[in-house]
Amino acid sequence: MTAPKKKQAEVQPKLNNKVALTETNLFLIITISVFFVMYVSAVVFLGGRFTKVQYFLDILNVYASLITLTCGMSLVMITGGIDISVGQVTSLVCMTCAVYLENKGGNVFVAFLIAIGIGLAFGLIQGLLVAYLNIQPFIITLAGLFFAKGLTTIICSDPLAIETNKAFLTLKGTHIKFGNNYIEIGVVVALATVIILFSVLRWTKLGRNFYAVGGNNQSANMLGINVKLTKFMAHLICGFCAGLGGWLLLMNLGSGNPANGEGAEMNAIASSIIGGTMLSGGVGNIIGSLFGVLSLATIKGIVPKLTGTSDDPWWPNITVSGMLCLFLILQSIIIARKNRKKA
Amino acid sequence: MTTSGKTLKPNTSVKSALGRLASNQLFIPILALILLSLFVLIAKPSFFNIEFKNVDGNNILQGNLITVLDKASELAILAIGMTLVTSASGGQDISVGAMIAIAGSVVIRVVKGYAPDISGGQFAGMIITAFLLCVVVSALFGAFNGSLVAFFKIQPMVATLILFTAGRSIAQWINNNENITIKDNRFGYFGGFIPGVPIPTPIFITAICLGIMALVLKFTNLRLYSQSVGINASSSRLNGINPKMMKLLTFIILGVCVAVCGFIKVSRVSQIRYTTIGNAIEMDAILAVALGGNNLGGGKFNMTASVIGAYVIQFLTTALMSFKVPSTAIYAYKAVIVIVLVILSAPIVREKLNDLKKKLFSSQQTKVKEVS
Repeated sequence: MTAPKKKQAEVQPKLNNKVALTETNLFLIITISVFFVMYVSAVVFLGGRFTKVQYFLDILNVYASLITLTCGMSLVMITGGIDISVGQVTSLVCMTCAVYLENKGGNVFVAFLIAIGIGLAFGLIQGLLVAYLNIQPFIITLAGLFFAKGLTTIICSDPLAIETNKAFLTLKGTHIKFGNNYIEIGVVVALATVIILFSVLRWTKLGRNFYAVGGNNQSANMLGINVKLTKFMAHLICGFCAGLGGWLLLMNLGSGNPANGEGAEMNAIASSIIGGTMLSGGVGNIIGSLFGVLSLATIKGIVPKLTGTSDDPWWPNITVSGMLCLFLILQSIIIARKNRKKA
Repeated sequence: MTTSGKTLKPNTSVKSALGRLASNQLFIPILALILLSLFVLIAKPSFFNIEFKNVDGNNILQGNLITVLDKASELAILAIGMTLVTSASGGQDISVGAMIAIAGSVVIRVVKGYAPDISGGQFAGMIITAFLLCVVVSALFGAFNGSLVAFFKIQPMVATLILFTAGRSIAQWINNNENITIKDNRFGYFGGFIPGVPIPTPIFITAICLGIMALVLKFTNLRLYSQSVGINASSSRLNGINPKMMKLLTFIILGVCVAVCGFIKVSRVSQIRYTTIGNAIEMDAILAVALGGNNLGGGKFNMTASVIGAYVIQFLTTALMSFKVPSTAIYAYKAVIVIVLVILSAPIVREKLNDLKKKLFSSQQTKVKEVS
């Protein structure tokens, strides 16, 4: 009688391991293959600028800010929350820094600190309200979105280009060259953020707490994890990423504009979901988020080519939403199957 | 139980009446309205002036209060649908602004093809066709949102994110991104004034919508069913209600409300601006529901409170505008109000406030006892 029981006990953890492996990595594999299939077919069938190395590097240059935003967003989504204020926080950061650098002739380093400070302030307040007062993250970050939007126009309602601040312009103009091709400094910062957050999630206690809280709130609590603190930390890091993303966007564009970060939150959420982060929490990968952004960028590059005319501005948006819809349905089917297995 | 206990004591009867008044859901929005109007009355008494004016040979009423009633129409109609969706699904639809763009685009698409000098009967037929088509399209998009929420169990706010992103692009696609202006004066009647009537037409449309909704809530089980689905979906399923169909139905009703809003919106300006039409109206609609004291997590709702909430928000907007606050900066003020409201309605804060109230009451009661 005891022998089969033992066998079962031995088999059970192995099975669980397998399930966990597929769940965490299935989406990552899907995302990476989707990206490669799209990019390779673009190179093969469309040719033109897609074959150039610089085109790929330009994607990185333009989307560096979105990569940081998506990292923060994925982190919050892994804990089961969401933050839709990041886009407008980006605008606010751009605008404030542009006003400080251009009109006040400020120091670049201080401007960087201001950017991070704004992001952290939003993360701090939203994190406190979400974690310690149990308010729905969607409502509070929606309010944050509109607060940042209003504040941006109060600071300066017209687009403002930075033209006179020499220190900033040299920093903006600094490129890292590989032969004829180059990347901007922002890309290095964004990739560093990806690597740091990836390592935090994979190898530190805090990182594992994020997954535990997102997977099951109550059992994480019973395991002795400080659920509130973990949620708070996720929002704080997301705020930090939003501040950093705003700074990177300013470095890329060189101007502040109230419309700079419009829709960035939707792009970040879409990239996270395409990158395999589950909305219900507990599943997700920062590397997947990176590839989510790259997939998004590729779609936005390919679609205008396919429709022939570049003055149909609606197709990229509709395609991205269609893809978002597809991945959401996929996720919900997987969750439903999982629940059925448990039952 | 506690309130009935208190009413027995003559000393505390006034307080308990106040307490009952405060616990009424209509108390918060009406109090907000009174406080706001008092503030405006002190700061700028001329705000409340209403006068007859002759505009284009048409005697019409003009004044800030009329503006509030007029401009709040869309919001009040949206608040109806949003309250139902909130009640049944425990989440909010953030795609309403984008869906208004789609609805408006459909109306414009139908109307733009006609010559400006068609007869009255033909014109009425065309408007009815445009309106019905726009209702059908909006209801279909509502059904799309609703089926994602009901059948795929995606959180409402995330499911509606899809249309939030794509909606304005779809609206552009419908009309090929052309800037169309309808030159027929009669098209503007629905968002402006009908000749000979001094009151803006949207007020009548809103009254009709509110009347229909009141009748529906009075004579059908919509209220009971959506509340029970929102409070506990599985137990209401055991009681014979189909929670999935209920959620789908609320989203379709919201879609119809959106269609009416879109129709009014395009009629107001006789043209369509894809990126700005209904901009940020989802925030106002959610705020109206929250201001009405409804639980944003679903369950019980009070439709009257939501509608009054909508008028309070428009009052705030118009008041801020009359103080020369730039229209984009108003978002910041509204956001602060949302944050304060949400914090006050958070369960943890409510418990603490209740504890505080109890402490105050008990200390007073002990004082009374000491005196007696």
